[in-house]
Amino acid sequence: MSPPVIEVADLVVRYGTATALDRVGLTVRAGELVALIGPNGAGKTSLVNAVLGVLRPAAGRVQLRGRAGLVPEGRQMFDDLTVEDNLALGAWRRRRAKGARDTARVYEVLPQLADLRGRRAGSLSGGQQQMVAFGRALMADPEVIVVDELSLGLAPLVTADLAEHLRALNAERGLAVLLIEQNARLALDLCGRGYVLEAGRIRAEGTAADLAAGPDVADAYLGGRAGGKGER
Amino acid sequence: MSAFLQYLVSGIAVGCGFALLASGLVAIHRVTRVVNFAQGMFAVVGGMAAGSLLSAGLPHGAAEAAAVAVAGAIGLAVGIAATGKRGTSPQSALIVTLGVGFLAYAVEIMIWGDSPRSHAGLGGAVTLFGAHVQKQSFLVIGVAAAVFALLALFFGRTYTGKALSACASNPYAARTMGIDPVRMGLVAFALGGMLGGLAGVLLTPLQPISYNSDVLLITNGFAAAVLGGLNRPVVALAGALTLGIAEAMVAGYGEASYQTVVALALMLAIMMVRASRRTALQEEAAR
Repeated sequence: MSPPVIEVADLVVRYGTATALDRVGLTVRAGELVALIGPNGAGKTSLVNAVLGVLRPAAGRVQLRGRAGLVPEGRQMFDDLTVEDNLALGAWRRRRAKGARDTARVYEVLPQLADLRGRRAGSLSGGQQQMVAFGRALMADPEVIVVDELSLGLAPLVTADLAEHLRALNAERGLAVLLIEQNARLALDLCGRGYVLEAGRIRAEGTAADLAAGPDVADAYLGGRAGGKGER
Repeated sequence: MSAFLQYLVSGIAVGCGFALLASGLVAIHRVTRVVNFAQGMFAVVGGMAAGSLLSAGLPHGAAEAAAVAVAGAIGLAVGIAATGKRGTSPQSALIVTLGVGFLAYAVEIMIWGDSPRSHAGLGGAVTLFGAHVQKQSFLVIGVAAAVFALLALFFGRTYTGKALSACASNPYAARTMGIDPVRMGLVAFALGGMLGGLAGVLLTPLQPISYNSDVLLITNGFAAAVLGGLNRPVVALAGALTLGIAEAMVAGYGEASYQTVVALALMLAIMMVRASRRTALQEEAAR
């Protein structure tokens, strides 16, 4: 079994008196595609923020081995900056490393972005912005990429294209992926393993096939037990 | 005609001073969302410090540069006091900057006394189409133009400048990438301190300053900056030049004691017209 790149154990996150995450555990191993599914307000983004160190947990352990790149919820562009500048800033943590700010490698992987390099990020379509967010995450030269809501607000075709890019990055570069999604079908199709987060707790975990076939997920997220869903 | 030209050039010079001050306000507000009411104090400290350093025997150039550096350091200190503690709201930070401004009065009076002070700038005047224009005015305009060009390069071309813009644009995204908005805010405060200090250093030879000159300076700088919503440096520059020229004209052709009132009334009128136009446009867009 490959070593973990993200290891979360007994994580507790509170906002004032409200508990957003209650003793959550989660592991992503090198080269693995892992889904975290759950409804709005389950605590998914709190988990992301804790993993990236933006949020200080009340208790528990978060270990990030290697670098993580984030594709944040809502894409979070630097609207006034160009695509090129958005990408370059993705390398901030490694800014002193030689060639770290060179965006050419991103244009190699995501050639659509090369034509947009001089455009203001705020003027792009949602799908294009999500692509920039991908590129920006790659600029961190990450071992693992955390995608917070891949499909939110995007057309199905655009989402499918982005999912294909994720699959390719994983297959060709061994990039580990933690995919946070409300769209359970998309997440479980793409990932080998997954977790279900509800009201701040992990309610189920297992292989994508088991989760898709299990009663909790099938009923709550997939509209009943769809025949053959999750068989890969 | 010659009098007009004289007022125009000196108005542009004073406007450049306001613009430097205003660009400091804008830089700080963009990154931290804090309206820095201590901005005028940076100019007073810069102007006073330059005078003291010149009296102490430092040559021109070195004294002025050192005074700007002092103002930058004070800008950093104000930034630490106002925003250094994580999670401080921009509103609380604003109150801190206001408090620091008042504290500075006491310190300034202790060091420099309470009477207006000035120092020699670039002496002499040149005759231009029959108008006598102080050389210092041209120096102010030249230095301000160079500084604005440098600022544009800094924000548009350097990695740190882009990171500052990134914090202004989306602090959450900046944080997830490891860009620390608090530290970037301190960079902005130091920059604002230097810009304010430079304004004081350049303007003091034209008009003597005292500890409470900051009120006049911040009023003009704020009026200029707010014209661009505190976020647009180029609009702030245009506003500052308008103010400077309007004040010089009022003082020249009318009554000097009305200059600020008239200039600020003009700015208010411009803002009201712009605001109503924007509303009309928004209504149009909503249709």
